[in-house]
Amino acid sequence: MRDLTKLALETAKAQGAAYADIRVIRDKGERIGVKNGTVEALSSDESVGFGVRVLADGAWGFASSSQVTAGEMARIAADAVRIARASALVNDARVELAPVESIEARFRSKVKVDPFQVRLEDKISLLLEADRLVRQTEGIRISSSSMKFWQEDQVFASTEGSYIEQRIVESGGGIEAVAVGPGEMQRRSYPNSFGGDHASRGYEYVEAMNLPDHAEEVAREAVGLLQAKQCPAKETTIIIEGSQLGLQVHESCGHPIELDRVFGMEAAYAGTSFLTPEKQGVLQYGSKEVNITADATIEGGLGSFGYDDEGVPGQRVPIIQEGRFVNYLTSRETAPLIGEERSNGTMRADGWNRLPIIRMTNINLEPGDWTLEEMIKDTKEGLYLVTNKSWSIDDKRLNFQFGTEIGWEIVDGSLGEMVKNPTYTGITPEFWNSCDAVANRDYWHLWGLPNCGKGEPGQVAHVGHGAAPSRFRNVKVGVGQW
Amino acid sequence: MVGRERALELLEKALQLSPGDQTEIILNAGRSYLTRFAENQVHQNVGESNTSLRVKVIKGKKIGTAATNALDDEGIAAVVKRAAEIADLQRDNPRFVSLPEPEPLPTVDAFSEATAATTPEERAQVAGQAISQARENGLRAAGSCSTQVMELAIANSLGVRAYNTSTNASLSTVVMSDSSAGYAAQTSREFADLDGAEVGRIAVRKALDSLESRAIEPGEYEVILEPAAVMNMISFLAMGFSAVAYNEGRSFLSGKLGQQIVGENITIWDDGLDPRGHAVPFDLEGIPKRRLMLVEKGVAKSICYDSFAAHLEPGKRSTGHSVGMPQFGAIPTNIFIEPGLATVEEMIASTRRGILVTRFHYVNTVHPVKAIITGMTRDGTFLVEDGRIVGAIKNMRFTESVLRALSHVELIGSEPKLIGGYFGGASVPAMKISKFTFTGVTEH
Repeated sequence: MRDLTKLALETAKAQGAAYADIRVIRDKGERIGVKNGTVEALSSDESVGFGVRVLADGAWGFASSSQVTAGEMARIAADAVRIARASALVNDARVELAPVESIEARFRSKVKVDPFQVRLEDKISLLLEADRLVRQTEGIRISSSSMKFWQEDQVFASTEGSYIEQRIVESGGGIEAVAVGPGEMQRRSYPNSFGGDHASRGYEYVEAMNLPDHAEEVAREAVGLLQAKQCPAKETTIIIEGSQLGLQVHESCGHPIELDRVFGMEAAYAGTSFLTPEKQGVLQYGSKEVNITADATIEGGLGSFGYDDEGVPGQRVPIIQEGRFVNYLTSRETAPLIGEERSNGTMRADGWNRLPIIRMTNINLEPGDWTLEEMIKDTKEGLYLVTNKSWSIDDKRLNFQFGTEIGWEIVDGSLGEMVKNPTYTGITPEFWNSCDAVANRDYWHLWGLPNCGKGEPGQVAHVGHGAAPSRFRNVKVGVGQW
Repeated sequence: MVGRERALELLEKALQLSPGDQTEIILNAGRSYLTRFAENQVHQNVGESNTSLRVKVIKGKKIGTAATNALDDEGIAAVVKRAAEIADLQRDNPRFVSLPEPEPLPTVDAFSEATAATTPEERAQVAGQAISQARENGLRAAGSCSTQVMELAIANSLGVRAYNTSTNASLSTVVMSDSSAGYAAQTSREFADLDGAEVGRIAVRKALDSLESRAIEPGEYEVILEPAAVMNMISFLAMGFSAVAYNEGRSFLSGKLGQQIVGENITIWDDGLDPRGHAVPFDLEGIPKRRLMLVEKGVAKSICYDSFAAHLEPGKRSTGHSVGMPQFGAIPTNIFIEPGLATVEEMIASTRRGILVTRFHYVNTVHPVKAIITGMTRDGTFLVEDGRIVGAIKNMRFTESVLRALSHVELIGSEPKLIGGYFGGASVPAMKISKFTFTGVTEH
């Protein structure tokens, strides 16, 4: 492989590239989906290819192909340079890159049980059993369970001398129960909605979820929701459970700290960011309880890696310190634009045929001191909201609205009646400044989200969010007409 | 390009290797280029070429699926073997009856040689036209200009043989000042149709008209939705037309076929063969596309079937709407909304106090059965009073049932626009809606 990557890089240089890198990727995935007792989806996907990124005449070009041969590599490298020169026709500014050490390295995510070596029968049996148990509860219309596994082998090489090999293995799964009544449908999921929870771990991660043990509870709650009262419309205190809070961090902190968004590079599609550069080090983004880090180094995180797709080592970076906004997610191109000497290593591409862009790593709300029980006991009136159902946020990441699968009223320090269709809405800094309690590490979990969309052409990233249940004051709930 | 002959050869080769009782092979090939710009500079410029095979091997009622992009003899043999091995390990799917039998296929003219031959320089030039409009007005343009060549070939062991190639060219831009933004876009199978200067001009005008904006109180308003905003809203209806969703009770349509679900002035159909849309002659099972009336004069008329769902109901046949996901069901991918007679100017003139929306952002379902969705306005939101635009307003959040909104449509635009969507595209007009609920406001 070293000979091939060298050929591509030398071709790019000979064509006039000032800088070039190449990523050669072989990836595979397996997906098993069970619905109402039937294995409805069982697929195994493999893909191989490479992408060449070049800087020529001060502008970027990128080309990719699925044919990993010497001839194709030379052709694609030359194509990338031609594309870069076309970019330069329009541009009056030149791209400058922050320096990075030349690295020869290997990284492998730590896996106890290779999910691709586990017998398919065993995986199917586990899902069918969980699915069967969901349907034991009367009133369940749809039961479903699923597992997903990915493995990506990547070689990164650059004209600056780096050569990095990485293997990242990821596993995840979950179960779901849907109950249907007249004009109403309610869903409960475990351990999270939209496919469950995921990590850079092996099959042991899915086994540890004990999916069948949670089937009865999700089914009972889904059926219970059909009769539950509608979430009231008011301003109140809310306690948000960890997985939902992870998505809240994702949308209202993770995206606005992407420095490419700040500089308008995603403006036409995903939007920009309210966190403009003059706010760095100044803005009180949240209350003193709020500490958020970007950490690509946590073992097992879905946003963990050894090196990003520019060959920059994965790092742990403070983002919000005691409520103050201190850092962005950066790249070699954007870091110098805010006076940073180095990238903090967040450039990742969705496969060989996509250009790396700034992506979240594991963006974590650090644990606080409370227990969930203390938090509820300390709340006179409010709602406890669990598991995401819907999400939406404006193009600068300020006005958000979330729906959760389920909620419970909090009355005089205790959980009360179940409520259905809960929604809450707010403005990002006001909301995070209203946070007055974060649960401790015992309640903290690093959730894996495998479906973060960004970029044109579209790219899906796998990212992580550590969070523990937290409390927010004066939040508007029960939005819209029901 | 792979080409018809070679594509069908590859499919035959894979079919011959399959040990299954039934086999389906789908070949997807694409060559796409995208020039992306921001801050008046081209910052990403990418090209991609890929061909993949998806193989479904069926043994009895056991279904195994595998995919690869390695298309040499070894790669094809390996992917068929893998799909067969999965089928061997699979459990019976009692709901599976059969893959579809072949049907005569129509042809559509969806390919443009000129679009396929577009160069990086030509894409940069069109992007540059939009950028120039922004520069000349002291504004900043972001957006993308893309061209795609797509090939789709499908074969199954019952005799289905289908091949189609199509092209697409798109330009979109958001032009920004420090305090405002304006959006415009265009899509066509012909790259030559793209008018960078005109797209840039529309976006510039919206950005300049919004330089100063004020916040207004959320609440129920009259609203004028430009076609892009109607598309954002309509996209979320598509899943509800799936026969699977309908029968499982998780669609807003469930139990309501034949009933009035929206206003009598609303007629919606799906037609993959209409050249005014992103025409495609067949679905992902190789079943021919045809016109299917979904909502006629406000009455729900039809739902969409693939062969899997059709086999489960006596007397049903596939409507040609498979998207390759039988577990979720078939959905309309070429939606048309019947145009009306009004211009956007007439809609504005007839509005006492309302909001003109250029497009929505991050629309998501809040409750699928009640068809309640939420999202934000962006890139040009204006207050209309006494028949004229009186100024720009801060962006607003809506939370509304699409069915309720479509029950209060007062005027429908006379000039529908083709807009790309999640699975295909739709031809949608502007609409004036008398009751539309905004539930929040943001700071820009």
